[in-house]
Amino acid sequence: MAHFPSLSEAIRELVHDGDTIALEGFTHLIPYAAGHEIIKQGRRDLTIVRLTPDLLYDQMIGMGCVRKMIFAWGGNPGVGMLHRFRDAIENGWPHALEIEELSHAALSVALTAGASGLPMGILRGFIGSDLPKYNKNIKFITCPFSGDKLAAVRAINPDVSIIHAQKADRKGNVLLWGIIGVQKECALAAKNCLVTVEEIVDELDAPPNACILPSWTVHSVCHVPGGAFPSYVHDYYERNNAAYIEWDAISKSRETFSQWMETHIMKAKNFEQFKESLSAHST
Amino acid sequence: MPVSNTVDFMTIVAARRLRNHCTCFVGIGIPSKAANLARLTHAPDIVLIYESGPIGTKPDVLPLSIGDGVLAETADTVVSTPEIFSYWLQGGRVDVGFLGAAQIDKFANLNSTVIGDYNSPKVRLPGAGGAPEIAALAKETLIIIPHEKRKLVERVDFITSAGYLDGGDAREKAGLKGGPSMVITDLGVLVPEEETKELVVQQLYPGVSRDEIKEATGWDLRFAEEVSETEPPTETEINALNQLLERTRIAREKQQNVLR
Repeated sequence: MAHFPSLSEAIRELVHDGDTIALEGFTHLIPYAAGHEIIKQGRRDLTIVRLTPDLLYDQMIGMGCVRKMIFAWGGNPGVGMLHRFRDAIENGWPHALEIEELSHAALSVALTAGASGLPMGILRGFIGSDLPKYNKNIKFITCPFSGDKLAAVRAINPDVSIIHAQKADRKGNVLLWGIIGVQKECALAAKNCLVTVEEIVDELDAPPNACILPSWTVHSVCHVPGGAFPSYVHDYYERNNAAYIEWDAISKSRETFSQWMETHIMKAKNFEQFKESLSAHST
Repeated sequence: MPVSNTVDFMTIVAARRLRNHCTCFVGIGIPSKAANLARLTHAPDIVLIYESGPIGTKPDVLPLSIGDGVLAETADTVVSTPEIFSYWLQGGRVDVGFLGAAQIDKFANLNSTVIGDYNSPKVRLPGAGGAPEIAALAKETLIIIPHEKRKLVERVDFITSAGYLDGGDAREKAGLKGGPSMVITDLGVLVPEEETKELVVQQLYPGVSRDEIKEATGWDLRFAEEVSETEPPTETEINALNQLLERTRIAREKQQNVLR
């Protein structure tokens, strides 16, 4: 059964230097509060996995938490590039960043394989693409039945997967809905799964076939309302597009980035204070 | 009524290409704008699929990102990311893949990974996202890209998504079906030539000369035997696009007022 620690206790217990971690979310339900806590606790040498690294991984890279990133699309959705990611790749700041690139389909397949106890996943992919030349975890195989040429990708099993969800009940069963991306696969592929939730309720009231992670598949549930800000939570709050647009200017230079991180994240005692600090700053 | 800029023209030309009832896997940005314009004009029953999971989505405003809530709220169903790629795209249910890219070459190979060398890039781009499989598995691919010399190049620095590879029957020999059927730019429309699969000009926008489009292209651009002038946007198309953009603007403004 899941535990209900505070977010800082959960990160301290579950996320260690050198771990492979996945903080998933496809624009929706991005676990920002948990990511900030990792930054504040100063984790180092992490391998971070995500289909669509956005602001959160840009922040973790810029703060020096990351040794390697496994990903498919690293951008600021609807806005443009990730400047801290680019600075790490192009100039090695704050230190060199190793990358392992896949596509969305391939990374989904790798996590599904991880969740399914398979050593690899297969797809019709990468024929004619240059990506396999630079990623040793993409190989081509021949189907023993049809003779088709298929791409194989190595399964991914994170040490810890972290997701944000709408609800958990008091036993720690977790319910999420809307655009659920690859969160279920990611949660089940990991050794441990940490979930932050908007609310904890007596009854989930979910229909059969809803996306539920039973409490015994979840290590810890942390009650962090608003914990996906500035991304959105379907039926709870909308995406703060302004924050994504502003990130472009904030992250452009090392100086403005470092100062912003210090003022709004490092000095905040918790995620609530981070949000207060941002709104004080913008008024 | 004049179109406000060439991007709008390009959007309208791209929208025309999408047939009613077709299933279209949509990339974010101009593809999303054009696909929704098609839905709001001549193709009300087009099925729009976004890689974040919504199928049959009917947003009344344009999503800023590919996973916006409006896509889920207005969809026939929302599935997981593994499912959207396996059952729907790989399963052969997508007629048209609709993509943008940073670079395209004369055989319609796409680059959205790096400018320069992979290991020490001049510019690190966001990366593949869903594009490689969309380009490989949709029955046909439409590509939309602003017409600039640095974007339309002889050879892309990196093939993220396969077009016709080295041209001729190279794509087919590699085991891929489908392929790019049209490249829509802000100067005209290019199509792969039957035999060579090299992109040639099929349409020029009104007022665009052959010299101008050649000058804006990074290879020695050739012309199809018959080159037509693109029909200018109709009033219906322009109004539908303007209304869509206006609704989007108001929605985004309102959203920001609520949140800050």
